[in-house]
Amino acid sequence: MTQKRMAIIASKGTLDMAYPPFILGSTAAALDYEVQIFFTFYGLQLLRKDLSDVKISPLANPAMPMPVPMPVLVSALPGMESMATMMMKQKIKSKGVASIEELRTACVEAGVKFIGCQMTVDLFDFSHDDFIDGIEYGGASTFLQFAGETDICLFV
Amino acid sequence: MDFTKELDARGLNCPLPIIKTKKALGDLQSGQVLKVLSTDAGSVKDMQAFASQTGNELLGSGAEGKEYVFFLRKK
Repeated sequence: MTQKRMAIIASKGTLDMAYPPFILGSTAAALDYEVQIFFTFYGLQLLRKDLSDVKISPLANPAMPMPVPMPVLVSALPGMESMATMMMKQKIKSKGVASIEELRTACVEAGVKFIGCQMTVDLFDFSHDDFIDGIEYGGASTFLQFAGETDICLFV
Repeated sequence: MDFTKELDARGLNCPLPIIKTKKALGDLQSGQVLKVLSTDAGSVKDMQAFASQTGNELLGSGAEGKEYVFFLRKK
């Protein structure tokens, strides 16, 4: 049986949208897939050494279950985003769901290849030092070279 | 059922039981059996899918209340 391959584009940098690429990447690697994840635009934030800025916003997620009904104007108050993030992280922990850091480490340990979008690095004046080690940097052509030979290809 | 190693994945949610199962199998020799305990209801189907895709045979499984047990033989 030839080894299956999966490519994912991770384009979002919120706590909720950090899960799909890291869950699918780590699981596919456990199923012996060769996996590459291309992190572009806000998705690149998921490769920062410090992930504490990866948050969830009730404003941008109207379907997010809240303990009490929350009018939009209340959700927009200062501090609400940090509070929602804190509550979500507590819930994640209490339900035995892995943290983003844990899943990212599982990906790295399983040999998932991370590609950082160099254009995004330039666009936002980031430095490679901001990100974890072991990342390759490239562009659309780099991604497509691998993606063109995959069994599964997803945009998140 | 006889087993070489036991993995307690109780309290963990998707995809951790599968990732830890994969890691635990890495410590075994071909033919040895891993017992996995889980409380993740999703792991019932996930473990079957893991076995069929990786070639590690699912020898048996069972459920007791909200706890699930799996026996996998390493490829």
